[in-house]
Amino acid sequence: MSGLQHSVKNIMNWIDARLPVTETYEKHMSKYYAPKNTNFWYLMGVLATVVLVNQLLTGIWLTMSYIPTAEGAFGSIEYIMRDVNFGWMLRYMHSTGASAFFLVVYLHMFRGLMYGSYQKPRELIWILGMLIFVALMAEGFLGYLLPWGNMSFWAGQVIVSLAGAVPIIGDSLATWVRGDFNISGITLNRFFALHVVLVPMLLIGLVFLHIVALHEVGSNNPDGIDIKKNLDDKGKPLDGIPFHPYLTLGHDLPAIVAFCFLFAVVMFYFPDGGGYLIEAPNYERANPLKTPDLIAPVWYYTPFYSMLRAATFPFLGLDAKFWGLVVMGGAIVLPAVLPWLDRSKVKSIRYKGMASKSFLAIFVVAFFVLGYLGVQHPTPLKTFLAQICTAIYFAYFLLMPWYTSVELTKPVPERIPIK
Amino acid sequence: MEEKNLDGGRRKFLLGATAVVGTAGVAGLATPFVGSWQPGAKALAAGAPVKIDISKLVEGEMLGPIPAWRDKPIFVIKRSPDLLERLNSRNDRLADPNSERIQQPEYAKNGTRSIKPEILVLVGLCTHLSCAPKFRPKIQPEQFDQDWIGGFFCPCHGSKFDMAGRVYAGVPAPSNLEVPPHYYEDESVLVIGEDDKEKV
Repeated sequence: MSGLQHSVKNIMNWIDARLPVTETYEKHMSKYYAPKNTNFWYLMGVLATVVLVNQLLTGIWLTMSYIPTAEGAFGSIEYIMRDVNFGWMLRYMHSTGASAFFLVVYLHMFRGLMYGSYQKPRELIWILGMLIFVALMAEGFLGYLLPWGNMSFWAGQVIVSLAGAVPIIGDSLATWVRGDFNISGITLNRFFALHVVLVPMLLIGLVFLHIVALHEVGSNNPDGIDIKKNLDDKGKPLDGIPFHPYLTLGHDLPAIVAFCFLFAVVMFYFPDGGGYLIEAPNYERANPLKTPDLIAPVWYYTPFYSMLRAATFPFLGLDAKFWGLVVMGGAIVLPAVLPWLDRSKVKSIRYKGMASKSFLAIFVVAFFVLGYLGVQHPTPLKTFLAQICTAIYFAYFLLMPWYTSVELTKPVPERIPIK
Repeated sequence: MEEKNLDGGRRKFLLGATAVVGTAGVAGLATPFVGSWQPGAKALAAGAPVKIDISKLVEGEMLGPIPAWRDKPIFVIKRSPDLLERLNSRNDRLADPNSERIQQPEYAKNGTRSIKPEILVLVGLCTHLSCAPKFRPKIQPEQFDQDWIGGFFCPCHGSKFDMAGRVYAGVPAPSNLEVPPHYYEDESVLVIGEDDKEKV
């Protein structure tokens, strides 16, 4: 051993006696075993982490030039776009990042649905993930008000008014959230604080717990086979490979490079995404007296927005507005209890029966249709279609205990099959 | 300390007392944080009553530019005698034709939902999720209603209101558009935001 290697070893020993660096590195990287058969869908988690870092960095840089007041906000965005060096790029990285975040998170969640990643023993990972999703939705909504464009204003108006649907205390609750009788600079200022301090802290904390919980039980895989059941004589999973360097450099790094390439194409050439990533009315300053012709949320909220407005009739003596809130809230919260809805003996869709496969397929179609309807003007026919799709969305979850327990499943092999 | 020497009653009392004092402390500490979100003096001052000049209001039209009270749009519309005559011809399609729900001051709980029959004063925010409804006064088939006789249409979620701001049945909005407290100072000045003190 050379002198240099010797001193490095000494330094590491000194640190390890005080802070478990090597132990942590081994536990979570070089001796953390992941299934060898993970595929494309298993890249979304690391991509979400990349986007999170992007959002944090660009967000911090944007606050250096942004002014969180009704008078200054809209102007400061234009200042960032025109006068701040690379301001346009930081802003587009942040706005494209918001959409990218939801894209990878939706794919990440779909992976969970397909391969039963929420099933025992991964219930807590799934619930923490749902909390991250809710925090992310809140973060996106809060941030959307900040440019103080006209769509910002009216989107904020609509969503805060949702609080007004709570029986009895609704209106006072909405006033409390706004800090004013209508959305105003006061609301903007407080949303800024929540968007840049409170929710990001929550997100980072939840992501940390999500990963700790994952590393405790290990990753699921497309076959839903528990790799910890088959160990070699050294106690290593036979169907597992060390996370580092095989997955980090073999899978994740190329994926990150490809993802960054696609991200850059959107950011540089289609930052508005044809009006779907940054909406046209937002180039007009907030005007409390003029609602845009069509209030449509950004694409990642549209399925839930469709469900909100699909509630058009009173029920049990409570009005449609209240039920809209219940339906939308239910649609967001319901997936959290998936681990207890799925009664199947197998995890992965590969071994589940026709019922599970059909329900998942029709669920995905309904989700896309709802997303499309969310950016359309409501007509009686479209509202009816939204109601049907909402019913399908809920049926997927609520009928799951039934169809997963009666269907025929295929036998799951002991070891991960070699193709 | 050995278990048998433990004074169970004393421990229970101390735990209980700590919990009670702690809860009171948390509630007390939460007060400034929660209370600080209520509208402050600035917001309250900006929400004071406003005066609107209605001398230029034309029959069949909405007063423009749209005035605001508490940053909310205020719709002031002068209805024609024709319109008032057919106003209550469609009550079967309305959810609350007699304005039973308290969405108006007592003096506007009538067939026209107004003080002066011809002049309608509304807060121009949909009772569903507070978008500003569009004023569509013409009797003509509309995309949202083939049998439209004029009123308000909310573009956000498709709620419909008649020319007295009364909500149609079967739309997301739960109640009629709000009539704000208001009174006429004289022929041409409308005050929004408070009741007529002399009459009350």
